[in-house]
Amino acid sequence: MRIALFITCVNDTLYPRTGRAVVRLLRRLGHEVVFPEAQTCCGQLHYNTGYRREAQKLAVRFVETFADADAVLAPSGSCAAMVRDNYPRLCAPGSRLDRAAAELAPRVHDLSELLVDVLGVTDVGAYFPHTVTYHPTCHGLRLLKLRDRPYRLLRNVRGIDLRELEGSAECCGFGGTFAMKNADVSAAMAADKARNVAATGAEVLCAVDNSCLMHIGGTLRRQRAGVATVHLAEILASTEQEPARL
Amino acid sequence: MSPDHSSPGAGHAAQDRAAGHATFLGMLPFPEAAERAVGDSQLRHNLRMATRTIRHKREEVVGELDDWSALRAAGKAVKDRTLRHLDTYLERLEAAVTAAGGRVHWAADAAEANEIVTGLVRATGETDVVKVKSMATQEIELNEALAQAGIIAYETDLAELIVQLSDDLPSHILVPAIHRNRAEIREIFRDRMAAWGVAAPEGLGDDPRALAEAARVHLRERFLRSRVAISGANFAVADTGTMVVLESEGNGRMCLTLPQTLISVVGIEKVVPTWSDLEVFLQLLPRSSTGERMNPYTSTWTGVAPGDGPQEFHLVLLDNGRSDVLADEVGRQALRCIRCSACLNICPVYERTGGHAYGSVYPGPIGAILTPQLRGTASAQEASLPYASSLCGACYEVCPVAIDIPEVLVHLREEVAASPGHRAEKAAMGAAGWVLGGERRLGAAQRAASAARSVVPRRMPGPASAWTDTRDIPEIPEESFRAWWRREGAAEPAPGADPAEPGRSGGDEEGGRR
Ligand code: SF4
Repeated sequence: MRIALFITCVNDTLYPRTGRAVVRLLRRLGHEVVFPEAQTCCGQLHYNTGYRREAQKLAVRFVETFADADAVLAPSGSCAAMVRDNYPRLCAPGSRLDRAAAELAPRVHDLSELLVDVLGVTDVGAYFPHTVTYHPTCHGLRLLKLRDRPYRLLRNVRGIDLRELEGSAECCGFGGTFAMKNADVSAAMAADKARNVAATGAEVLCAVDNSCLMHIGGTLRRQRAGVATVHLAEILASTEQEPARL
Repeated sequence: MSPDHSSPGAGHAAQDRAAGHATFLGMLPFPEAAERAVGDSQLRHNLRMATRTIRHKREEVVGELDDWSALRAAGKAVKDRTLRHLDTYLERLEAAVTAAGGRVHWAADAAEANEIVTGLVRATGETDVVKVKSMATQEIELNEALAQAGIIAYETDLAELIVQLSDDLPSHILVPAIHRNRAEIREIFRDRMAAWGVAAPEGLGDDPRALAEAARVHLRERFLRSRVAISGANFAVADTGTMVVLESEGNGRMCLTLPQTLISVVGIEKVVPTWSDLEVFLQLLPRSSTGERMNPYTSTWTGVAPGDGPQEFHLVLLDNGRSDVLADEVGRQALRCIRCSACLNICPVYERTGGHAYGSVYPGPIGAILTPQLRGTASAQEASLPYASSLCGACYEVCPVAIDIPEVLVHLREEVAASPGHRAEKAAMGAAGWVLGGERRLGAAQRAASAARSVVPRRMPGPASAWTDTRDIPEIPEESFRAWWRREGAAEPAPGADPAEPGRSGGDEEGGRR
């Protein structure tokens, strides 16, 4: 299958290794990856902060860029949710953008959805000999409703030791500009999340969203907790021949 | 029990207390108020214990019902339908209440409502009234208005009593004293009860049963003496003119049945068309609220019944900003709220700040969308509320009438962002929008960031310190993903597939060029 990668602005700029892992993984599974270079950002930051017009412009760009794609992969749960859940709210009902966005939305997937639902695979042949705990992320959990998809993928990874995370459904406190505007509350939430992560004894914290990982990871690193944060794509891309670097 | 249990001059002391009652006016914006709360470890401990307990109870009893999502959809639909034809149902309610021997008064705002109630109490010649827990009367600060007219309102709900005795403010919709633990409550009872009536017994301990008994003795005397009661209502059935109050302690039942005169202050959004609509909410509310299958007391009354219960009944229908909320297509869903407080109990922000930080009788997620709509967003305090959320969506998930709180929060942020001020943020958002508006501009910004990666300090000054005070920032990579893709990513074709397309232009005039 030919899959159009929407890398997302955060991954593009700060986490290119996640993008490279996605490309490696999908090619290993025999699929073609294209990267439409006109892409930039889904507009989530602007939308969530109350800047609707700017968000609309980015939505137009996104929809035009990916209109012809058979499947779009957004390796960030919250960006996939932005397109599917919030684009309808951004567009005037019945407008051209509204129709185009509605037409595109069902073809936009998070990584676990793409693998499990579209490509029909739960064992991707990965090898990752580490203890791992998984944070489901709010948008993955409540907007995309990923349910057990990420766990099914992780359980099939050879060598992995998966640990349950206490209070996993609770927000890490990132929330985009929330982390800055309400820094004290955000930091308190992150500290509790980091404590729960550390309590699992896992070496690695995994999620489907690097923004949340940046927040929890930033807290863990400040505490010198010795837990690495790794996107699901990197674990799934890891093999005996080409193991992921922590 | 006789009134001489009370200490001498109790009435005067109570009046002084009532007149000096704490108020939500002039509160700090949320981030500053929250900073204090987050630093209060006792408060955080109390809240954590209380919210977790009730959260789990709710989850359990909601999980018992296979048709919960259908019930939730029905609750939402009934409320939406009622709100669409609110004028019709309110007129129907007025006619039914009047036919049953009650009197209906319309109050456009808090001042009008307070004036009506004060006048009604004065007409009875009484200077003491007992109160059933009510959010609407808290909202209009009725107790303070009555105190100014020389009338003392006695709260009879246990948690409201604790708040009133300690001259405090409510911090939760259902459990206004949730921020207090047992030891604190014992202190409050011991030090303050005498000033309001029957004193706490000698040697009162902090065992919940002893505390409840002290409150019972204190209140019973009050119930027996009072001839006027003031309540709210959870629901008002338009068809029959019936008021409905759900409660756990039985104090409400006492207030609603013993006095001669009953005055109910009810928000106009509380009306439901029929008893079969009511049935839906009687299932949704207790499970969402206290985590019980059914609440211990459900009181309903229709006008007056000769020789049975209050012989005079007044219904004060309160607007106080609700019509404005109704006019807002996105925001109006907040009027579906049945004040169950499930959204507070699940909220990770509320759990860490408590209710006072929200500067309103409506705290937590529902407060963050209701207060700015009822009071407007002109002041810094109200304007800060739509941002008091990480948009995690837990509130929406538990709300029994499916209020999409994150959607309304974002909608209100738009309103705030469009107002004058916010200049620095507007500039930053505009700049970000410009960079993201073209892939070449984004690429250039990424290259600039990569070039500076070795000189980015671990702790940053100015606004960025909000992040770096407690969190490391991620390392900036040597090259962005798109730079890597151009260099080598696109070159590796999929096994057995055509070489990957070099990418298409999506409307940017600079598309595809570097
Ligand atoms: S918004 Fe929903 S969850 Fe919150 S108090 Fe109202 S009804 Fe309950």
